Amino acid sequence: MSLVRRRKVPENERTQVPDPNPDGNEKDKKIIDNKNEIQKSQKQQSKWNCVDSCCWFIGCTCVVWWVLLFLYNMMPSSFPQYMTEVITGPMPDPPGVKLQKEGLKAKHPVVFVPGIVTAGLELWEGHHCADGLFRKRLWGGTFGEVYKRPLCWVEHMSLDNETGLDPPGIRVRPVTGLVAADYFAPGYFVWAVLIANLARIGYEEKTMHMASYDWRLSFQNTEVRDKSLSRIKSNIELMVATNGGNKAVIIPHSMGVLYFLHFMKWVEAPAPMGGGGGPDWCAKHIRTVVNIGGPFLGVPKAVSGLFSAEARDIAVARAIAPGVLDTDLFHIQTLQHIMKMTRTWDSTMSMIPKGGDAIWGGLDWSPEEGYVPSKRRQRNNVTNEDEKIESKVKRVNYGRIISFGKDVAEAHSSEIERIDFRDAVKGSNVANHTCRDVWTEYHDMGFGGIKAIAEYKTYTAGDILDLLQFVAPKMMERGSAHFSYGIADNLEDPKYQHYKYWSNPLETMLPNAPDMEIFSMYGVGIPTERAYVYRLTPAAECYIPFQIDTSADDEGRCLKDGVFTIDGDETVPVLSAGFMNAKGWRGKTRFNPSGIPTYIREYDHAPPSSLLEGRGTQSGAHVDIMGNFALIEDIMRIAAGAKGEELGGDLVYSDIFKWSEKIKLPL
Amino acid sequence: MLRFRKLCFLEPVKCIELSEKKTQIKLDDEKKSFDIPKIEKKDKGSPEENKRKRRPNKEWRCIDSCCWAIGYICTIWWLLLFLYNCLPVNLPGLKVPEPPGTRLKREGLTALHPIVMVPGIVTGGLELWEGRPCSEGLFRRRLWGGSFTEIFRRPMCWLEHISLDNETGLDPPGIRVRAVPGLVAADYFAPGYFVWAILIENLARIGYEGKNMYMAAYDWRLSFQNTEVRDQNLSRLKSKIELMYVTNGNKKVVVVPHSMGVIYFLHFLKWVEAPPPMGGGGGPGWCAKHIKSIMNIGPAFLGVPKAVGNILSAETQDVAFIRALAPGLLDSKILGLRTLQHVMSVSRTWDSVISLIPKGGETIWGNLEWSPEEHHVCDSAKKNYQQNFDINGNSSDSGRLFQVQQKPTKYGRIISFGKIVSDLPSSQLQTLDSKKQELMCNNSSSNSDSSCRGVWTEYDEMSQENIQRLAKNKAYTMKTLLDLLRVIAPKMMKRAESHFSHGIAENLDNPKYNHYKYWSNPLETKLPDAPDMEIYCSYGVGIPTERSYVYKQSPSGRCNSIPFQIDSSADGSNNGCLKGGTYFVDGDESVPVLSAGFMCAKGWRGKTLFNPSGISTYIREYKHKAPANLLEGRGSESGAHVDIMGNVALIEDVLRVAAGASGTELGRDRIYSDIMKMSKKINIRL
Repeated sequence: MSLVRRRKVPENERTQVPDPNPDGNEKDKKIIDNKNEIQKSQKQQSKWNCVDSCCWFIGCTCVVWWVLLFLYNMMPSSFPQYMTEVITGPMPDPPGVKLQKEGLKAKHPVVFVPGIVTAGLELWEGHHCADGLFRKRLWGGTFGEVYKRPLCWVEHMSLDNETGLDPPGIRVRPVTGLVAADYFAPGYFVWAVLIANLARIGYEEKTMHMASYDWRLSFQNTEVRDKSLSRIKSNIELMVATNGGNKAVIIPHSMGVLYFLHFMKWVEAPAPMGGGGGPDWCAKHIRTVVNIGGPFLGVPKAVSGLFSAEARDIAVARAIAPGVLDTDLFHIQTLQHIMKMTRTWDSTMSMIPKGGDAIWGGLDWSPEEGYVPSKRRQRNNVTNEDEKIESKVKRVNYGRIISFGKDVAEAHSSEIERIDFRDAVKGSNVANHTCRDVWTEYHDMGFGGIKAIAEYKTYTAGDILDLLQFVAPKMMERGSAHFSYGIADNLEDPKYQHYKYWSNPLETMLPNAPDMEIFSMYGVGIPTERAYVYRLTPAAECYIPFQIDTSADDEGRCLKDGVFTIDGDETVPVLSAGFMNAKGWRGKTRFNPSGIPTYIREYDHAPPSSLLEGRGTQSGAHVDIMGNFALIEDIMRIAAGAKGEELGGDLVYSDIFKWSEKIKLPL
Repeated sequence: MLRFRKLCFLEPVKCIELSEKKTQIKLDDEKKSFDIPKIEKKDKGSPEENKRKRRPNKEWRCIDSCCWAIGYICTIWWLLLFLYNCLPVNLPGLKVPEPPGTRLKREGLTALHPIVMVPGIVTGGLELWEGRPCSEGLFRRRLWGGSFTEIFRRPMCWLEHISLDNETGLDPPGIRVRAVPGLVAADYFAPGYFVWAILIENLARIGYEGKNMYMAAYDWRLSFQNTEVRDQNLSRLKSKIELMYVTNGNKKVVVVPHSMGVIYFLHFLKWVEAPPPMGGGGGPGWCAKHIKSIMNIGPAFLGVPKAVGNILSAETQDVAFIRALAPGLLDSKILGLRTLQHVMSVSRTWDSVISLIPKGGETIWGNLEWSPEEHHVCDSAKKNYQQNFDINGNSSDSGRLFQVQQKPTKYGRIISFGKIVSDLPSSQLQTLDSKKQELMCNNSSSNSDSSCRGVWTEYDEMSQENIQRLAKNKAYTMKTLLDLLRVIAPKMMKRAESHFSHGIAENLDNPKYNHYKYWSNPLETKLPDAPDMEIYCSYGVGIPTERSYVYKQSPSGRCNSIPFQIDSSADGSNNGCLKGGTYFVDGDESVPVLSAGFMCAKGWRGKTLFNPSGISTYIREYKHKAPANLLEGRGSESGAHVDIMGNVALIEDVLRVAAGASGTELGRDRIYSDIMKMSKKINIRL
């Protein structure tokens, strides 16, 4: 209205008072008119603009996006590779292409055994909150559900706390087929590169089998619930039969190594507990076991994982952004939930360090002592001797897997006052309803127990078991029915026929199959967690009472953020991956009565030179090693019929033989 | 798409800032443009100049408003999408019918017998394992099934990879395309187009999971025995069944084959008991020990007439096939490609298509004068009348009287050239047999023309006169049709006839029937000796199904290498069974009732020649009911060939059998069609 009125006013003026100077008046009027017009248009514009321009902008971005998408799709698929080659120089041929040119052909059927966390799990039956997720991946893939309905997800991923099997009304099952573990998340390969290369020399679905299993269960329970072991047996038998009697090459990775160790005992054991394959099943059906990054003797990471949920397998941490884990997102106590969930998974207990003090070292002794990180060692050799001596003096007590306080970790054993925690009264129950319904066994323990644990100061591999027993009695009760962590004195003892010993290489004999070969392939050159410095959490009520003391740092002693590191592949220390093949099974020993030849193949880690290379073709990291060209080439040669000797026997970069020598173990 | 959405959800903040700036600038511009005319007017500027100055402004607005419109649409789309995602799963107003699995679980059904699913033709996925350079980046991607994007992106490459070798019927050199394994192979054919998914979901509700369900995926392009030769599929199936039998407490297996999977499994039944070089060496008791029942869904036991049309002129493919590739694409010469010819040259390399050619010759499918379905009434009005007649309690005699008045349709003439021919009495017809020899001799001259691109169909090797002679005034029954096919596609038939046979056995004890080419023909094999086994024929009825065709010669002969075409102008017969050049009978849209039901209704009923141990057979028919509205999707009471896999009644039957019910507990036969009457008319020695 105001616009109209304003417009009218000058008109009235004009009619009422005729100006003697019409030109000037007209000019004035024009100016006024123009001004009005501008005002008008401004008003109109501003009315439109807010929504309008927003829409306009979205439209613009959409169009640009589509154009880019179109261009991207039009781009020949070799373009990215071409660009990389321009920047980084020519790439080596993938091993598949190279070996195809050499004339290698598919010969032995191949079985992949995936490790912990890398294989997918899907929902078959769930509670109401999981509606619409039938046969969708809960684990692996995009993990979209973690963000959409986190509590529901945790509920479905957990197992029953008493039985270690499905909770009532929930059925989560492993994904089957090669898709189970080719990619863990979109773009994050696990087996895909190896599969693609094997396909080049003629492998396909009928000669490759992914032995996927529910990696949350204890090994024997995968058979009880899903018949996974029977399935592997039947598949191997079928593949051997349909491939002209060529025996199978087994490629287990990470925890799959232990799983397959379990399988080899299971399959030859008589029927009620085992698979009833008879004493020569392995000799008849298996040609080679190529263990990749095998935690034969466990990983120290598992301890901290169970103790305070802090160090998990790489893949988990990468998949679920680490920030989410530590913050109180949505007021959910994320870490506690994770802990509660992982403690229901029996399989994590298969990775607790085995062999006790004899393998992992005591209070003042450890096989790796005197280890100097390779970078430093190289420099020392060339330049100054002093530092080398110094670093030798600063001995690291790797044997103390958990120490409370940095000074405790460094002090001599005689200086430490330890108060035994085993008989300590756990004290009153501090479980508090304000802590929500997240149940971790710490709530049952009370302050007394927590204090007692801290008072014991330092724990070796042998003590760790007692510690876990004390901290999580229910979990360990379940676990000890399925796993054992000792060293057998007399393997003939009939008790070793029980399945709980089958996955411990120090308590089982290898099958009687002298023609078989066992490889251990793993990466070296990456600092790997070996021992921890802990502290008590200040506010204990609702939280996990222990925490890695990230302030503890010492360059000279490989101590960083409260973790003592050692050579390895980021997850598995060299000792665990290599000891059995370097000493425990070398030649005819009591663990290897038929003298199965063993080989060690180490792959020195070289980080990818540029971002374009992705995860690198020379990586030695626990999972990334699956894309290591040298490893893939070795595997392909084995699959095409090569023997260990033809590959060049052992290939060692680390001090594994030296360290193995130091371990006193009757063989 | 996700990234896209995220981008745009994050954008608004930035967008508002930016757009404000932009509008500021725009305003300034406009101010200027308004200032300019002011100055110009002062200098007596002409209005034309004025206009010119304004034009860029207007043009700018055109793009502007375009962007605005797109933005507007996108925003609304996201809003709706967002609202849709916020929607609770069960709207109070929209009552979702309870899935049969849930209901039966409440009844107390639990998983008992392990289940083996055998998918049919075209519904199983195929993926690439090794290919030519043009297929780079497609390693282990689906070429068949899924979204079919590669057809549009590189059609020639796709065709090359999906074809088989024309001589051997196996892989062409340098190409390996393999069946997708596992349940994902055939749960959905394309995104949203279920095949087995609903059945799997319902089975899961009563406790089934990976360890007691198996999808016997195989490469459906190969002949059945070749799936064993190349991929060891039959061995794998045997080993899986044995494994499931053992690991599920020695419970026998329930097999659920669909469509072509039915005859594939028939082949398996013979293969598994045959001795090793050719068979699986399971011994004579294998089936009796491991199999509880076979629930054939939409079985193509005696073949489908559709397959003939497919081979002859590539014009009728399986339902799923047409739906996947939009029908318009097939007919038009899109991008200058002769789509139909390509489809023909590709599908002719697939041996499995031959397995679907009608079996049993004139005895089953009728001759020039007679056919078992001859009194079928298609017109829905008449049919309703007739049904009312029956329902109203009038004796069936009156119904029959009514029928007899109809002039019988000559379904026996599967291919007739011209509508008139399809109705002529047989005495006026020329038969092929008389000139067969002559035809074969003349074949040497070829009219293949290098200018016609590189699409090879065997028609190129035939002379125009021969084609004329084949077509002129002829009608072909099942017997002569095979001769016709041998003439027009000699290579394909030669390959195929070493793998399949389409006759009827006179004496089943003849040792020649030990050859694998007879194993998939129910009329030339004996069922295994397993008296405790049960065989179900479950199929949909109530949909017009192709039974015979009226053909004509294609107009232009030169580069159009397919000389025959269905005469879609032939329409309307006395009882409404002729439509678009095709005679219809009752069936499930792909398989006529006769093919699906005859074996269960007569061929295997009781102790017969083909069923020496007297395995009990049951017919379960499901009357088609089109979905009431769009919301129902493909309907829960459909009887169509593929959609029947979502039929609630069928799913319930499967679940009950899987949970241990026998045929008698299900209520034995359940029949809506005339299958019993039709079967009675067929004279076959049992």
